[in-house]
Amino acid sequence: MPPLVKDAKIERHTLSVLVDNEAGVLARVIALFSARGYNIESLTVAEVDQAVHTSRITVVTTGTAMMIEQIKAQLDRLVPVHKVVDLTVEHDAVEREMALVKVAGTGEKRVEAMRLSDIFRARVIDTTHTSFIFEISGAPSKLDKFIDLMRPLGLVDVSRTGVVAIARGPEGM
Amino acid sequence: MPAPKTATPTANEPRDAKTAPGRVMDGAHMVVQALVDQGVEVIFGYPGGAVLPIYDALFEDERIRHVLVRHEQGATHAAEGYARSSGRPGVVLVTSGPGATNAVTGLTDALMDSIPLVCLTGQVATHLIGSDAFQECDTVGITRPCTKHNYLVKDVNDLARVIHEAFYVATSGRPGPVVVDIPKDIQFQQGPYTGPSQVRHRTYRPRVKGDYARIQEAVELMAHAKRPIFYTGGGVINSGPAASQLLRELVRLTGFPVTSTLMGLGAYPAHDPQWLGMLGMHGTYEANMAMHDCDVMINIGARFDDRVTGKLDEFSPGSKKIHVDIDPSSINKNVHADVPIVGDVAHVLEDMVRIWKARNAHPDKAAMASWWGAIEGWRGRKSLAFKNSSTIIKPQYAVQRLYELTKDRDVYITTEVGQHQMWAAQHYHFEEPNRWMTSGGLGTMGYGLPAAVGVQMAHPKSLVIDIAGEASVLMTMQEMSTAVQHDLPIKIFILNNEYMGMVRQWQQLLHGGRYSHSYTASLPDFVKLAEAYGCVGLRAKTPDELDGKILEMIETDKPVIFDCLVDKHENCYPMIPSGRAHNEMILGDAEDQPGVTEEGKMLV
Ligand SMILES: Cc1ncc(C[n+]2csc(CCOP(=O)(O)OP(=O)(O)O)c2C)c(N)n1
Ligand SMILES: [Mg+2]
Repeated sequence: MPPLVKDAKIERHTLSVLVDNEAGVLARVIALFSARGYNIESLTVAEVDQAVHTSRITVVTTGTAMMIEQIKAQLDRLVPVHKVVDLTVEHDAVEREMALVKVAGTGEKRVEAMRLSDIFRARVIDTTHTSFIFEISGAPSKLDKFIDLMRPLGLVDVSRTGVVAIARGPEGM
Repeated sequence: MPAPKTATPTANEPRDAKTAPGRVMDGAHMVVQALVDQGVEVIFGYPGGAVLPIYDALFEDERIRHVLVRHEQGATHAAEGYARSSGRPGVVLVTSGPGATNAVTGLTDALMDSIPLVCLTGQVATHLIGSDAFQECDTVGITRPCTKHNYLVKDVNDLARVIHEAFYVATSGRPGPVVVDIPKDIQFQQGPYTGPSQVRHRTYRPRVKGDYARIQEAVELMAHAKRPIFYTGGGVINSGPAASQLLRELVRLTGFPVTSTLMGLGAYPAHDPQWLGMLGMHGTYEANMAMHDCDVMINIGARFDDRVTGKLDEFSPGSKKIHVDIDPSSINKNVHADVPIVGDVAHVLEDMVRIWKARNAHPDKAAMASWWGAIEGWRGRKSLAFKNSSTIIKPQYAVQRLYELTKDRDVYITTEVGQHQMWAAQHYHFEEPNRWMTSGGLGTMGYGLPAAVGVQMAHPKSLVIDIAGEASVLMTMQEMSTAVQHDLPIKIFILNNEYMGMVRQWQQLLHGGRYSHSYTASLPDFVKLAEAYGCVGLRAKTPDELDGKILEMIETDKPVIFDCLVDKHENCYPMIPSGRAHNEMILGDAEDQPGVTEEGKMLV
C-alpha cells in the first residue's frame, strides 16, 4: 500500500497478536499482509495456552505510522484474533531472537570463531574437527552482528527463529 | 411430518430451538435444523454429489423454501438481493469443487458491499481431503480472502455450533459473507444438536456504542460549522431502518445538506430539499463541489472509496472530518479522520441527536445562508440535464419515465454494472432504504438479474425491476429460468445501447476513440429470448411508445424482459475523470473540460 502522506517516515514495529489456535489462523494473518501489500520482517507463532488453545503471533513489520495503524486494525478485524498489542508504541518491551549458526574451518579461523562466540555468549551445541554449531540468543541486532563476524570465518548456515517479544512490568497481555 | 410454518421472525433474531438441544441426528438434518432455528425461510442453491445428504434432508421439508438457481453465482447474488432488501441474512447452498468456485464472485461482491451471507458448501469426505479427489477444491483456502470468515467442519459435534456462529459473524459488526465447508461424511455422521441460544462466539464482539466524548466532540464541531455536509454510505442501510430515521432527524435538526454514496441511496429521501444527490465519479455537481469546499464533513457509514474521493491529496482539502464506522479498519485507511468514532450508525446517530438537542445547538445563521447560497448556485448548473430527443430514446429519459410510472408503487430496483447503473442512480429517486440493490464495491456485471430474483423472493407482492445493460444481463441471463420456475415476476429493463457503454465511454475519453472489443455484435433478440424462457418480451424503439410499453410491463404478472433500444452513443455525465479532484468535473454540456491526466490513465 502506498503511504498516504508522501515522504512519511517508515517505522519498524513489533506487534503481538493473541489468536485462537484454530485451523487456518496463520494463513489468515499471512494472507492479510500479502493481500494488502504490508511487509513482514519476521513472524513467529506457537501455542501459549494449551487449555484454551490460544497462540501468540509476534510479527515485526515496517511502514508509515498510518500504515501501522491500518495493519493493527486489519489484524484486529480477523474473527479469531483476541487482541493486538503494539509493543513498540504501547509498551516498553523486551525482544529476543535465537539463531543456530554453523561455521566450518580449521586453524586460526576456528580459534577466532570460538573466541568471538565467547564474547557474544554463544554456546557450542555441536562440534566436529572442522565445524561448530553455535546457539546464540539476544536482540536481533546482536545476532546480525555475530553472523556478520562469522562470515569471513567460514559461515555455512544460519537458522533464525524470528523475534519473540513481551512487555516489561507485571501486567499481562 | 414437516413442522408447520411459523411467522416471519424479526431480522437476525434466531428462533429458539424447538427441538430439544442435545437430540441426536445426522449432520445433514443438523444443517436443516440449524437453518430453521436461525429463522431461515429461503435458501438459494444448486445440488451436487457433495451435498446430496443435505438435499435429502430438505426433501419435502416445508419449513425451508429452496430456490433452484441455474448457476451458483446466481445463488450468491440472489442471496445478496434477498439480504439487502429484507435486512435478513441470505443463505446459499452449493456443492464442492465447481459449485464452490462458481460462488466466489458473489462472495467477493458481498464482502466488498458488506452483505450478510451464509454459504454452505459441500466438501469431499474428510479422509479424501488433500487427495485431489473428484470435485475437490480447497474451498476454505480459495474463499479465505473473499469471506469475512470461513470454517471447515471436521467433526459432526461442531457442526451445529459452527453454523450458528456463522450466522452471528455474518450479521454482527460490519456484515459480510461466511462460508461453512461441510465434508460429505460429516453430513452422514450422527451427533447431538446444539441450539442457537447455547452458542456464544469466543472472541468476536464488535463494538456498537460509540465513544461518548468523541461524539460530543463531533457535535461541537458540527455546531460551529460554517460549511458542513453529511456524507452518508451503505453503513446507514446496514445499520437498519432506525438508522435512516435518525439520519433524517439529525439532518432536519441541523439544516445541513446531505449527500450519499451509491450504496447509501434511499437512507435519506431524494425529494427533500436538503438532499444534494449522489456524490463521486458520476455524482452531481452540487454534491461534489460541496464536498470539496466544506469545512466540516460528517461521514456516516461510508468508507472514502476511490470512486468517491477522486484524487486523494486534493480531496476536500479544507475540512475537518468526522468519521463514523463500525469497522475500525475503515477509519484512517484512505483519509485521515479528525474525529474518528467506532460504532454502529444507529447507536451513534442516536447519541448525536440527543447531544445536539441537549446542547440546543444553533449553527451560524449567516454562514449557513451563504453556504446554501453557494449550493444553490451549483445546483443551478443542472448537472444531470441531458439533451432529449423526439426520435430516439435517451437512456436517461428511459430511466426518468420508468421512475415516473413506478414511483407510487411498492418498488425495488436492482442494476447491473455500467452506464445504465449510473443513470439509474442519477435519475431513479429513492425515498426509503433497502429499495436499491447494486454492486458497488466489486462492480459485478450480472449482479442485477439474480439479485432481482432474491428481492422478489423476499417481497413476493412488490414490483421488482432490474435496470440492466444488454452486455451485463447476458452474464447471468439463465436465471430467467429460475424466475419462471418460481413464479417470480421480475422485470428486466434493458437499456440496450449495443455497447459495453461504460467501456466505450472510457475508450472515447482515454484511448483515442479506439473501440476495441466493446461493441456486442450478434446480440440475441431479447423478445424472442424472453419467449424462449416462457416469460414475456417487450420492446420500445421510440420515445412515443415508451410509456405505453412500460405500463404494459408493470401490468404483466409474469417475468418480463424489456428491450429498450436507446441512443448508442450517449455518455454518462457528469464525470470526475480518474486522477482528478472533485472540483474538476466534466459536465455534459460544458466546452472547456478537464481531460484525463497521464497519471489518471493508470487508474481504473
Ligand atoms: C464481470 C465483469 N466483467 C467486466 C467488467 C468491466 N465492465 C464494466 S462496465 C462494462 C460494460 C457494461 O456494458 P452494459 O451491461 O451493456 O452496460 P452499459 O455500460 O452499456 O450501460 C464492463 C465490460 C465488469 N464490471 N464486470
Ligand atoms: Mg450496453
